[in-house]
Amino acid sequence: MVAELGHYALVLALLVSLVQSSVPLVGAARGDAGMMAVAGPAAQALLALLAFSFLALMHAFVNSDFSVLAVALHSHSAKPLIYKIAGTWGNHEGSMLLWVLILALFGGLVARYGANLPPSLKSRALAVQGMLAAGFLLFILFTSNPFARVLPPPPDGNGLNPLLQDPALAIHPPMLYVGYVGLSICFSFAIAALLEGRVDPAWARWVRPWTLTAWLFLTGGIALGSWWAYYELGWGGWWYWDPVENASFMPWLVATALLHSAIVVEKRDTLKGWTILLAILAFALSLIGTFLVRSGVLTSVHAFAVDPARGVFILALLVVSIGGALALYAWRVPDLKGGGLFAPISREGGLVLNNLLLATATATVFIGTLYPLLLDAVTGQSVSVGPPYYNATFVPLMVPLLIVMGVGPLLAWKRADLRGITGRLLTAGAATLVVAVWVGSLPLNRHAEAYDLATLAGFAGTLRLPAAALGMALAAWLVLGALGEWARRVGLFRLRPDESWQRARGLPLAAHGMTVAHLGVAIAVAGFVGAGLWKHEVGRVLKPGESLTVERWQIVLAKLEDETGPNYKARRAVFVVTEDGGAPFLMAPEKRIYDTQGQPTTEAAIRTTGLTNLYLVLGDEAGGGAWAVRVLVEPMVPVMYYGIMVMMAGGLMSLLDRRSRVGAPRRARAAPVAGGPAAAPAHGDD
Amino acid sequence: MRPALAILALLLALAAPAAAFDPREALPDPALETRARGLSAQLRCLVCQNQSIDDSAADLAKDMRRVVRERLTAGDSDGQVIAYLQQRYGDFVLLKPPMKPETWLLWFGPLLVLLAAAGGLWIAWRRRRAVPAAGPVPLSAEERRRLAELTADR
Repeated sequence: MVAELGHYALVLALLVSLVQSSVPLVGAARGDAGMMAVAGPAAQALLALLAFSFLALMHAFVNSDFSVLAVALHSHSAKPLIYKIAGTWGNHEGSMLLWVLILALFGGLVARYGANLPPSLKSRALAVQGMLAAGFLLFILFTSNPFARVLPPPPDGNGLNPLLQDPALAIHPPMLYVGYVGLSICFSFAIAALLEGRVDPAWARWVRPWTLTAWLFLTGGIALGSWWAYYELGWGGWWYWDPVENASFMPWLVATALLHSAIVVEKRDTLKGWTILLAILAFALSLIGTFLVRSGVLTSVHAFAVDPARGVFILALLVVSIGGALALYAWRVPDLKGGGLFAPISREGGLVLNNLLLATATATVFIGTLYPLLLDAVTGQSVSVGPPYYNATFVPLMVPLLIVMGVGPLLAWKRADLRGITGRLLTAGAATLVVAVWVGSLPLNRHAEAYDLATLAGFAGTLRLPAAALGMALAAWLVLGALGEWARRVGLFRLRPDESWQRARGLPLAAHGMTVAHLGVAIAVAGFVGAGLWKHEVGRVLKPGESLTVERWQIVLAKLEDETGPNYKARRAVFVVTEDGGAPFLMAPEKRIYDTQGQPTTEAAIRTTGLTNLYLVLGDEAGGGAWAVRVLVEPMVPVMYYGIMVMMAGGLMSLLDRRSRVGAPRRARAAPVAGGPAAAPAHGDD
Repeated sequence: MRPALAILALLLALAAPAAAFDPREALPDPALETRARGLSAQLRCLVCQNQSIDDSAADLAKDMRRVVRERLTAGDSDGQVIAYLQQRYGDFVLLKPPMKPETWLLWFGPLLVLLAAAGGLWIAWRRRRAVPAAGPVPLSAEERRRLAELTADR
């Protein structure tokens, strides 16, 4: 009964979305305030209906209603409650429902908090949101109905893929979806701006918080997915350039570019056409990511051709929305008048270079991800595009990007005087050189084993040392660039400390946010380089009581024991580990066999010192009571995740800046000089 | 993929896989073993989704790892081992796609994009400099009304 109500709500939602996508649009074209006002309530109604529908599906999952096909196929009565709840989106149908729900959530938020938006822009943006919702609701109702019944119901469900029974993976998809779908707002605002025929600094300000929100969730979702792969798959790797990973990485790259180019629109009223294009592309890549993951085309082009209903539908949605958006763009973009001029050496110039490199990086990932599919479809030949390809193409693009990132914030808007910052650049350059030499002398470089970056690029040992030195030097360069800019703004060492303190307090939160985010990138880069180049691995066959020493760790296999979990059986190895004669601690990697699917999974044991992870994996039984054991010493892996967290903290600070709070009607009144949202930002640089 | 290979893939996927790389497979000579691991990381497990044979737990990956070590012990160079496996399993086995006419676009695509974008940027910048910037966009009727409203308050 509840399932039928959920289904009914879904059909009603489709009708509401059709109203939302048509009436306000006509209203905006005619200047009819009444028709435009339909957009807000329609968006809220859509959100309410979809929330109800989603809760109905969750109800079926929590109560293990196996007469609902999706529940029977993907859940099991013995599953812990949290995974029953997470099961709601752990399958194709449910995840698509979550997708539209988040779409409606963002629409609802714009309707609720967009009071200070011009009515025509707001109603047009919400109409575009409505169109997207209608397209995906049609897709769900016709090809992936989550409420389909099965008669007679099976006695129990199939169970969730055991690899997915994990807290990080339970929240990873919703986070990623919030990121993906959050970019739909940028898309809708871009389309609305094209329809309006104008883009100004105010537009950039309205879009910024939405882009930032989407970016934050995308970053978090990707990091969570990487962390899951790191501890759950048991290979000690954290990024595989897998097409599914790439599908989420491409929108992230474009969203990052968009965040930066929107700043130029906001401060200098230029680069408008490009920014609009990025806003369209960011969401287009989200859609392409959804298509890649949901259509089955990644497994094989042929699997896609056998059961094409879903894939063809999403493909059609893709063509209509992206094609339509790009056609509108081509038609209207000549009307967007460019604003301020700038010299190549300027803050704008740096941001343009940032965008050029990020866009090329996105294109690289795009080509690498889609080329095998395309080649197979056209010629029938199969090639694999793996990490070596990306290390040879993507990584080199990051080097100039990071160099520019260190200098860019130091440059003035319009026309920068390089001589003015020469001293600063020389200091940073010298310090960077010192770091490079120091890193080059580290004993970490002497381990023969590093199978990631250097080996994969085909350079083996010869290039590993310079790569590590260069990578760490770039991280140092970034730290100095970010801190140097901040120090200059607060007048550190130039003014009295109390004056500097006053200045620091006077800086907008977003300015601190940029410094923090850039520092986060620096920390993450150091992490990527160390984690990629300094990994040290030892494999051994051990009997209980035997030990081995890896670097500064003495590892003794104490015993093996069996364990029974709620829906799995496990064999666990207990190790007693001492670090350089310190206090001993236990580490217990496991191998699990889940009751329903019989597939073994490894649970690695990870101990972190804060800078280095010790990673133990239990392998196969080697006969005679001995077991295969892998020990990985992975320096800088935690640092990588700290960096990402710092980066997100910077984004969050920028988002919390009161200037970027959309729809706080108080703000307009609180800013007496601003005289409306279209006024140029009062805060300049210096 | 040929049907036989597809069926093989299915069977292997169903069979309970062993763990990924097993220390018992290691060669006694550490230098040779490091080369073997490096090579394994560049070869794709044919029946897995985007895994190298170094990472994969599938039986086929295990066999391929053994082949790599046998060839290395027999004195093959890294290039010869790669060529041997490429000959047996096709280009699909290489995680670093080979350079050939069909993959030129793959390898040089990013460079083309970079050059095209940089060229476009250069042209746009030149053109922008040639034409003086347009003046500020005049206010619309709605905006003039709002402005009047706001200034009337003061």
